[in-house]
Amino acid sequence: MDTVADKQKREDSLNGVGCSRKRKEDARFIQGKGNYTDDIKMPGMLFADMVRSPYAHARIISINTEKALALPGVHAVLTAADLKPLNLHWMPTLAGDVQAVLADEKVHFQYQEVALVVADDRYIAADAIDLVEVEYEELPVLVDPHKAMTTEAPILREDLVGKMEGAHSTRKHDNHIFNWQAGEKDATDRVFDAAEVTVSQDMVYHRVHPCPLETCGCVASMDKINGKLTVYLTSQAPHVVRTVVSMLSGLPESSVRIVSPDIGGGFGNKVGIYPGYVASIVASIVLGVPVKWVEDRMENISTTAFARDYHMRGELAADSNGIIKALRVNVLADHGAFDSCADPSKFPAGFMHICTGSYDIPVAHLNVDGVYTNKAPGGVSYRCSFRVTEAVYVIERTIDVLAQKLGIDKAEIRRRNFVKKEQFPYTTCLGFELDSGDYHTALEKVLDAVDYKGLRREQEEKRANGELMGIGLVTFTEVVGAGPSKSCDILGVGMFDSAEIRVHPTGSVMARMGTITQGQGHQTTYAQIIASELGITSDEIAIEEGDTDTSPYGLGTYGSRSTPVGGAATAVAARKIKAKAKKIAAHLLEVSEDDLEWEVDRFKVKGVPGQEKTMKDIAWAAYNNVPEGMEPGLEAVDYYDPPNFTFPFGAYLCVVDIDKDTGVTDIRRFYALDDCGTRINPMIIDGQIHGGLTEGYAVAMGQEMPYDEEGNLLGNTLMDYFLPTFVETPKWETDYTVTPSPHHPIGAKGVAESPHVGSIPTFTSAMVDAFAHLDVTHMDMPHNAYRVWKQIKALGLLDN
Amino acid sequence: MIPSCFEYHKATSIADAIAKLQDNEDAKLLAGGHSLLPMMKLRFSEAPYLVDINGIEGLKGISIDGDTITIGAMTTESELIRSDTLQQYCPLLVEAAKLVADPQVRNKGTIGGDVAHGDPGNDHPAVMLALDAQLVIHGPDGERTIPANGFFLGTYWTALDEYEILVAIKVPALKSGTGHGYHKLKRKTGDYAVAGSAVVVEMNGDVVRDIRIGLTNVAPMAIRAEAAEDLIRGNRVDDVLLKAVEKAIVAACDPAVDLRGDEEYKSHMAAIMARRAIIQAIENAKE
Amino acid sequence: MAKQAVSFTLNGKTVDVLVEPRELLIHTLRENLNQTGAHIGCETSHCGVCTVDIDGESVKSCTLLTVQTAGSDVKSVEGMATADGLHVIQQAFVDEHGLQCGFCTPGMLMRAYRFLQENPDPNDEEIRWGMSGNLCRCTGYQNIINAVKTAAKNLQQA
Repeated sequence: MDTVADKQKREDSLNGVGCSRKRKEDARFIQGKGNYTDDIKMPGMLFADMVRSPYAHARIISINTEKALALPGVHAVLTAADLKPLNLHWMPTLAGDVQAVLADEKVHFQYQEVALVVADDRYIAADAIDLVEVEYEELPVLVDPHKAMTTEAPILREDLVGKMEGAHSTRKHDNHIFNWQAGEKDATDRVFDAAEVTVSQDMVYHRVHPCPLETCGCVASMDKINGKLTVYLTSQAPHVVRTVVSMLSGLPESSVRIVSPDIGGGFGNKVGIYPGYVASIVASIVLGVPVKWVEDRMENISTTAFARDYHMRGELAADSNGIIKALRVNVLADHGAFDSCADPSKFPAGFMHICTGSYDIPVAHLNVDGVYTNKAPGGVSYRCSFRVTEAVYVIERTIDVLAQKLGIDKAEIRRRNFVKKEQFPYTTCLGFELDSGDYHTALEKVLDAVDYKGLRREQEEKRANGELMGIGLVTFTEVVGAGPSKSCDILGVGMFDSAEIRVHPTGSVMARMGTITQGQGHQTTYAQIIASELGITSDEIAIEEGDTDTSPYGLGTYGSRSTPVGGAATAVAARKIKAKAKKIAAHLLEVSEDDLEWEVDRFKVKGVPGQEKTMKDIAWAAYNNVPEGMEPGLEAVDYYDPPNFTFPFGAYLCVVDIDKDTGVTDIRRFYALDDCGTRINPMIIDGQIHGGLTEGYAVAMGQEMPYDEEGNLLGNTLMDYFLPTFVETPKWETDYTVTPSPHHPIGAKGVAESPHVGSIPTFTSAMVDAFAHLDVTHMDMPHNAYRVWKQIKALGLLDN
Repeated sequence: MIPSCFEYHKATSIADAIAKLQDNEDAKLLAGGHSLLPMMKLRFSEAPYLVDINGIEGLKGISIDGDTITIGAMTTESELIRSDTLQQYCPLLVEAAKLVADPQVRNKGTIGGDVAHGDPGNDHPAVMLALDAQLVIHGPDGERTIPANGFFLGTYWTALDEYEILVAIKVPALKSGTGHGYHKLKRKTGDYAVAGSAVVVEMNGDVVRDIRIGLTNVAPMAIRAEAAEDLIRGNRVDDVLLKAVEKAIVAACDPAVDLRGDEEYKSHMAAIMARRAIIQAIENAKE
Repeated sequence: MAKQAVSFTLNGKTVDVLVEPRELLIHTLRENLNQTGAHIGCETSHCGVCTVDIDGESVKSCTLLTVQTAGSDVKSVEGMATADGLHVIQQAFVDEHGLQCGFCTPGMLMRAYRFLQENPDPNDEEIRWGMSGNLCRCTGYQNIINAVKTAAKNLQQA
């Protein structure tokens, strides 16, 4: 006879949704048995290295490869001239532009790829790149995006001259890429014209780089005998890479195998398809042997996928009580030399239109212009959904400015403008349907936890003593889980994702997904979803991803889409299996399906104790005793096209103390409350939040990619590029509320990017708050000591 | 990031190392290697011949004889930190070493390499100036000992002649009434100083009898802030005097502009670091 | 450049390699000896993912010539677990969720291995300073600190 305790015991033994299951993937990593791209060795493998441009803008007069080719151990030197006959010297980007694989006549940014050297090993390759002689004629350089569309600006993309119809709009200038708008301009302008109060704030969301510890790389291996191309590659989206490689090479997609092995962090850096990958594939096809190419750190920071570089103006119109009446956002987007953003095709500015935030704003208008400059291409989503970080930054900063102007506390102004719990689902004036939320509860929980009023009192005292203390507050809403295929596609492929689950005769499970983990712990958490759905312990559920030969087609892992889309596919596929299992159980128990009820891991006949079949029993029967007319086996596939995005939210608070002498900031406290809906694995969620907050801290407080007037990137090693160590990183406090997504099969929303998206404006909010009594409304990032000290000095606060 | 080719020789003695420097054009000494190898990997430096002086008898270790502490040039930063002798008789070296790079780098990086490299961003040169250290140098013509004051001539430029090797550093043991202080501002662990300052004071009651102030990374080489020292020597230190000292230090600085800051910021940070080091040194002298 | 024969001990076994003088230890370990636990992250001695233990000290193997290790005792992450199972520190990293993508983990473990011998009972602050030569982009360090503390406790009880 089952007792409640027994049921609970069985439930616990599943290690399903909601438990802090230890990670399945750890076993190999702690033993040094991870298998990352640079760990892969193949017989006869050669090593490639890239010749790069020292100039940001120059014409290539000549390339002489003779000396390099004469070096013993060098097998080939590829240039654009070699790729041209194959029509591979340019490649399409995900954003509808083209990008040079190897520079064709001109270089457009410093460190651009000019030639690929292939040699016996990386030492010879490094020597050989020094021997490739390239003669350049320097051209005027365009660094400042604000000057891109002026008459005196040098024209960068000669290949596009006169082609004024761009992928997303008509182009206004040869250096213009696109104009994109959302909302109602005239209606918004009218509200602004009549408003009691308006504020306007310019802000630069500076250029940064995701900088995972593993750089990008690949091993391309063309087997000319069987016609199969295998590429091991650091990709967050291997299936998309396969499609692109097939289209570029003309090889059938079935002859291309892309494998994302273990990935040493992605953070958006590994979504794109880079010239190094394409050139290595060509080299392998030409030479018929495996070719490995792995970036060094300088190449990584300098060339593969920057993020942000949005020059924004946020404007709010409100009444005197701080009730927002309209929002206006203008953006100048610096995309570098090629538009190689990785956004859904219809959204050249990503989901920037989530910029209405957590607030009930009646009308808004967003205008984005993208321009070319002589900088590296990119514009990827660095630990965020497409441009959501920028959107959250502009609204959270601007609402602070409004609060300041009206003398309203920044917590209070948020309370007054939040979308209320009962308003969900709520359609924003820029077109998103926010699925669920409870913003007031989240905010109050944080304010109580930190004694917000006490902090404000302390701040008053500190200010009276001339000390600088700031309190930052942000209440963000993210949009993740791209996305519904009616609006979201990449290269025409809808942004669904997939799961394929097989239950073996003995009741263990093998499942494969179209996503790919890079540290998020998919092998652990997907198994938990299946465990709870099917009543099979997660320890007997193996998860595989990343090999396009075996896993179902999916769009990959970025934009917090794995749980909202891949996780949904997993739950739905499991439910398909469960539906079949129910039929088998009814057959085995000789009752109708209606007589059965599910309990943890088994179907039971209602009201008849002991009449039951466990999922293990059913799995065995699926292979030898199925109802007549049913096919044997127990497996299912689901391609999940989400009905909507999910909208995780949170309330973050940060307290800073600033040393007036040096500009050094101490993060005294950081309290992060996240609501990601149903929590699959609290341990992993906390880990993701710690990591996201730390990356947010890095962006806000130190990371930058400054260019000088000649277009030279300053600071592309880890000496300069700020990756905080144990010593600098603050201690994080985490908290949560749970507001499930109503449309997601298990109510989960995705979490890993919220802390990055939410924390960055929180740091700025705190920094500005330290100076708010001196009428400072905004300070651009990064808030490093040097820049903060300049602010202190400009305000006349130095003790003299 | 791969260095270009070079020959390698592990020296068996100081004489052997000097001979190899003489016999091989543009040969360089390999000590801890954590400045040299990154530069070679970036191909900023292409030494054709490396003379490894790790493992040479007598180049390592810390000893005290009367009032003089002798530190072998190949003593690592970690060994400085672990040294009871230094902790007791020259805590400035311990404190400064703790602020150099990170634990792994300190296991390889040596005090001699740090001093002899002539990088204004290194921490020990300013410490040497503040301690009034004596540098023991071996060359083809034998041994000579010179004061640290005057050793640092410019960026990557010291008083070491071609073929000479810094073999040991002699510093005075801390006397009663003497205090040390080192303050360093850096962007993060592993970075060079935005500015740093090493201070040694000799007190006579409340009055500073003598003071030496060394500055890190605010000029082409480590420098003494002599005008500031003159202001303090013979006086009681108070806020008014410290303000004047800060101004004198700002005036003494000539830093290179980089991502750490402009001239104004770095010069002011040197003054702040010096002020903090002076206060710390005076406090320590009382103990 | 002529290659040189170098012998050293790796995880208790003598290994003999033939290398150019310029060859860096990390490449010898990974490519010559197929020990790919230690990784390459920054190549300028800032990130610590290449950390191994040499003669009782933590060293960044991207900034050491293989010829310099002649006669040395080198330990890498591959030598941590024994036939009896995982090292206490490895288990603590699993238990405290001290890793995510795993790329920094081998270097982190090797540094923790040595650090806990230098300081068997560290507080949070000491861990932050003692581990500051190893970068992690995923964890925000908090759970690594917990892992090191748990390991310290378990090592003392062992």
